[in-house]
Formats: sequence, C-alpha cells, structure tokens
Amino acid sequence: MTRLRLPPWLVLLLPAIIILAAVVLVPLVLSFYSSFTAYQLTRPETLWKWIGTFNYRKAAGDANFWWAFGRTVLLLTIALNLEMLLGLGLAVMVSKVTTGQRLLRTAMMFPMMFSPVLVGFQFKFIFNDNVGLVNNALQSLGLTDVAIPWLVDGHLALFSIIFAEIWTSTSVFAILILAGLYAIPQDPVEAAKVDGCTPWQSFRFVTLPFLMPFIYIAMAIRSLDVARAYDIVQIMTNGGPARRTELLWTLIGRTAYVDARMGYANAMGYIAILLSIFFTIYFFRKLTAARSELGMGV
Amino acid sequence: MAQVQLQGIVKAYGALRVVHAIDLDIADGEFVVLVGPSGCGKSTTLRMIAGLEDISGGALRIGDRVVNDLPPRDRNISMVFQNYALYPHMTVRENLGFSLKIAKRAEAEIAKAVTEAAEILSLTPLLERKPGQLSGGQRQRVAMGRAIVRHPDVFLFDEPLSNLDAKLRTQMRVEIKKLHQRLGTTIVYVTHDQVEAMTLADRIVIMRDGRIEQIGTPLEVFETPVNTFVATFIGSPPMNLLAGRIAGGAVELADGTRLPIPPGHGAAEGRAVTFGVRADNIMPVGHALPPTAHMAEVEMEVQLSEPLGTETLLFAMLAGTEVQAKMLNPRPVPLGERLRFQISLDKCHLFDADSGVALRV
Ligand SMILES: Nc1ncnc2c1ncn2[C@@H]1O[C@H](COP(=O)(O)OP(=O)(O)O)[C@@H](O)[C@H]1O
Ligand SMILES: [Mg+2]
Repeated sequence: MTRLRLPPWLVLLLPAIIILAAVVLVPLVLSFYSSFTAYQLTRPETLWKWIGTFNYRKAAGDANFWWAFGRTVLLLTIALNLEMLLGLGLAVMVSKVTTGQRLLRTAMMFPMMFSPVLVGFQFKFIFNDNVGLVNNALQSLGLTDVAIPWLVDGHLALFSIIFAEIWTSTSVFAILILAGLYAIPQDPVEAAKVDGCTPWQSFRFVTLPFLMPFIYIAMAIRSLDVARAYDIVQIMTNGGPARRTELLWTLIGRTAYVDARMGYANAMGYIAILLSIFFTIYFFRKLTAARSELGMGV
Repeated sequence: MAQVQLQGIVKAYGALRVVHAIDLDIADGEFVVLVGPSGCGKSTTLRMIAGLEDISGGALRIGDRVVNDLPPRDRNISMVFQNYALYPHMTVRENLGFSLKIAKRAEAEIAKAVTEAAEILSLTPLLERKPGQLSGGQRQRVAMGRAIVRHPDVFLFDEPLSNLDAKLRTQMRVEIKKLHQRLGTTIVYVTHDQVEAMTLADRIVIMRDGRIEQIGTPLEVFETPVNTFVATFIGSPPMNLLAGRIAGGAVELADGTRLPIPPGHGAAEGRAVTFGVRADNIMPVGHALPPTAHMAEVEMEVQLSEPLGTETLLFAMLAGTEVQAKMLNPRPVPLGERLRFQISLDKCHLFDADSGVALRV
C-alpha cells in the first residue's frame, strides 16, 4: 500500500492552515454566501434558498439603512475631528509639563481602560433625565428647571453618544500625538525660533507638519473603531428614540438577531465594510502624502 | 550690524556649572571663532547668544540692548546649525524665504531676497527641491542661505562644517570667509577644529571647561600662547613640551640635556618648568631652519619619519619624550639615525610645570 505523502512544507503549515480556515475562511465564505440567500436564524432551511442579489438591492433601497449609514459617517466625522483637536491640545499640554508627566500620561489613558459597555452604562446614568448627574447639576445650579431629555431627544441623544465616544477615545489621539511630539527633531524647531517664529508660528509651520503622520495613523485606527461602533450606542439608546441614533452596526445587529434575518444583515454588513475600507484607504493615502512631504519616503 | 558683549555670562544646569562667568567683547563686523575641545561649553555659549538657552547669570548685549530675557525672534540674529536644521517639508525656496514670510514681508521682496541669496550661494538650480533631495554640502549652503536672506545683526555658526568631508570643508571654509568679506556682518563661529579657527577668525577665543583661556588674533594665540593648553591646542602638529628644571640659568632636561632659556622668558633657579618648541622651529642641521638671533643645538635619535612631500615630519626621542621636528629639503632618513637638530630659541616658550602658565618677563 502506498501512503499518500504530503510535501513536508505542507505538513508543517497544515495546523496553521486548518486554524485559519476554521476561524477566518469558513465564516467569511459562509456569511458572504448567506448574503445571497433568504437565511433566517429561526428557519435553518432558508439557508439553501438562493435569492441572488435581492438582499443587496433591498438594502440599496432601504431608507433606514441609508439613514444609519449617513448617521455613522456624521458621527465619525464629528467624533474624529473633535477627538483630534482635543487630543492635540492634551498632548501639547502634557508635553510641556516638566514634573509629574509620567503620572499625567497614565491618567490620560484611564478612559481607555474601561469596557465600552461600562462606559455606556455610566453615561446612560450621567445623562438620565430624572436621576442623571448632568440634569441634577444643571438644576442645582439653577440653570434650568426642566428635565432635559438627553437620551430621548433625537439630536441630544446623538450629542450624548458623541460625548461618550470622545470621552473614551480622545486619549488614542493624545497618546499617538504625544509620541509624535517626542519624536520631533529639535533642530528645525529651534531654527524656526531663530527665524523669528512666535511659539504659535513654530507650532503651526514646523511642529504640526511633523505631527500629521501621527494624526493620520490615529485617524485610521479611530475611523475603523467608530465605523463599527455598537456597544456604547446599544447601551445608551439602543438606537432610539425612533431610530434617531441608529448606526450601521446597531441596525445590522438588530436585523440579524432580533429580526433573525441573517441573510439580509450579512448583505448590509458587506456594504458597511466598504465604508471602513474607504476610510482606511483614505487615511493611509493621507499618511503616505504627509510622510513624503517630510521627505520620509513611502 | 551690531557688536556683541558678554559680561560675566554664566550657564548652570541645576548645581552643575558649564559656563563660568565669561567676558567677551565682539566688535561690529568682527569674525570671532570660539574654539575648544568637545564639551567645553562653546555651543552652550553660542546658544545663549541666540536665545535658545536661558542665561543663568551675567549680561548679554547685542547692539546696545541687554537681550538676556528677549526670545530669539527679537534678537535679530541668524544661526546655522551643525545638522543644517532645514525644514524638511519645505522646498529650498520656501526654506530660504521662511523668515521673511514670518516677518510678513511683501511677496516681491521675498522673491528678490531669495533669488539674491540663491545667487550668492549657487543654489539657483536647486530652488524647487526639498532638503531630502540635496547632498550634505548643498544642505549646508541652504542653511547658510537661510541665515543671510534676513540681513541679521549677527550670524551664529555652530560647527557648520563638521558633517562635511574634508575637501568640501575646505571649500565651504573659503565660501564662509568670502561671505563675511562681502556682507561685513558680525559673526560668532563655533568649532573644535583649530585649522578652521586659524583660517577664518579675526579673533580666536580658546575655551576649556567653560572658561576662556585666551583671546587673540590667530597669530597672537599661535605665537604667544598663555599656557600649555593653548600651546598644544593651536597649531599642527601640536607644540612639543619637554619637562625640565631651571639649573645654572638654563633648562636642564631629565637626561641632563641643557637648553638655554628662551629670550623673553624667565624663571627662578630650581623651578620645575616646561620647555615648548614647535616642529617648525626644530630641524636637523643643514635643513634650512631660518636663522634667528638665538639658536641652540641638540642631538636626537630619529624613531620615525613621515614624508609629506614638501617637508618630512621626524619623530625623535629627547630626554624620554617624543619630539616632532620638521625637515625641509627631505631626504630618506634611516630609522635610529642620530642627527643634530637646530632650535630657534626666539620662537620657543617656557611654561610653569604645575600651572602650565607661560613664564614671560
Ligand atoms: N541639558 C544639559 N544638562 C546638563 N548638562 C549639559 C546640558 N547640555 C549640555 N551640558 C553640558 O555642558 C557642557 C558643554 O556642552 P556644549 O556647550 O554642548 O559643549 P561643546 O563645546 O562641545 O559645544 C558639556 O559638558 C555638556 O555635558
Ligand atoms: Mg557643540
């Protein structure tokens, strides 16, 4: 009997291949396949019901989906820009501190150490219209005597969510920008001082261009984060009121597990991923451009 | 244009003093070179003049203003850094024009100043390039161009040539000298290279361990060094120093060799002294040592010879110390050959053995 002899390199790689196939390839293929079926979690036989691109066409015409899409882009734009500005300010201030800088750096990271679910609960409490800290504080100070519906009013709810996002994640920007500040060569900054720059001008014309690559890396990381935002929103508003804070992934999660329409949810998921891919490519292009601007090559 | 005056300038980092109350008057239009071994406080002094380093004590005047507490931008100085310090994200044109743009000058005026500076430094074909696309020498020229477009009161140079190769260094040295002759601006120039100092300076300031050892024209510090440190730091090869003792009105070396006391010097009988003679002033008999009023002769064994073309450097032993001598009209010298050497006593020096201070009378 001749045994089947596999080449040694294949034998050696086989464990890795099997694990990768099990955890990446199979789910990927299965989810992609199911997005072309009428698959419902409650009726397993529907997995075999091929309906072509119906799910995709349906998503394309679904106003709720596009509202969620637009809202995600809006949240992403506002949160990233504010986080960038706050993170930049924070990093610059921390870099100027001479004593206790280590302590400050550590303290700056605290928000990142909490689970987003807990942060969601915390802010849900803080913004609660009856027992929340914010309303209590405003009322005690006599600034208002009504209970402001922070999480109930559509606009205020989105604001509250953005607030929570910024609270947790500004430190991503701050820490990366701080790393950038430490890496800046001192010579050009000194040359700028001698060339007549005020501190603001040195920052604007010399320091900031050096920081741009770091800012774009933070942007790329955070754009992926926010594009898949789910936990904080799910806890704070559950996409409500009346879908006014529904984001892509809260919608997809609801469609998949509450409505049990897995095939449709998968189709929306694949469209949503395009958004992340777009932002990743966008910020990496920016990063490359900023680096070559500094003569750092590509 | 302006004079620069340092009065008792001190720099301390906490309890550590790195510049000890130095006094220095630099005249308007003068080219002054601060020279000394690495770590002696040259850069620190220069950076205090620039305003990049706080002054711990004393008064600094540029023109007739005390500028101790003024930021660099209010001092009207330009600085050329050792590592060029160009703005990597700006083209050569933008680098050159940056200070004028910050000063809110008119576009046309900036363009004119940049064109002019580029012309002087032959940078015109490179104006649209970024620093990353330039060679070391070109970057250095951009750094200089950036300094001259502003017509500052004072130029500060911190070892601007130390990153260039030897040939380029010589070439840029000449360019800097020409630039000074052309612009007539006061220059304070820092280097650890005594050749640079000698060739460029109107006056040399020799520093050691945060103190000024001697200030003088290149010839003064070469011909009348105040101590053994200056004597060995300035001049190449360094001055030969021979330990001895005053005995019977002459310097007696360890092996009993007697050398007359150089004219203009004097020391008490029995005092431990150091006899200094440069290679140029000790040559084998018959090798065209220009005769001076007072000559002496010693016999030495040659250990090594280094032919340099027009002259040969001889390494010989005298009283247990290696002595470098020169031989014009070179001829091959066999190792171990004993030769008689002539010394021009008028060009020799006598120092105190302990303090190293010159014993002139
Ligand atoms: N930030 C600092 N803290 C403490 N000591 C310093 C600092 N900067 C420079 N020094 C010390 O000051 C001395 C002079 O330095 P510097 O002026 O750079 O010397 P150089 O003559 O080589 O330019 C050196 O001994 C250096 O170690
Ligand atoms: Mg230095």
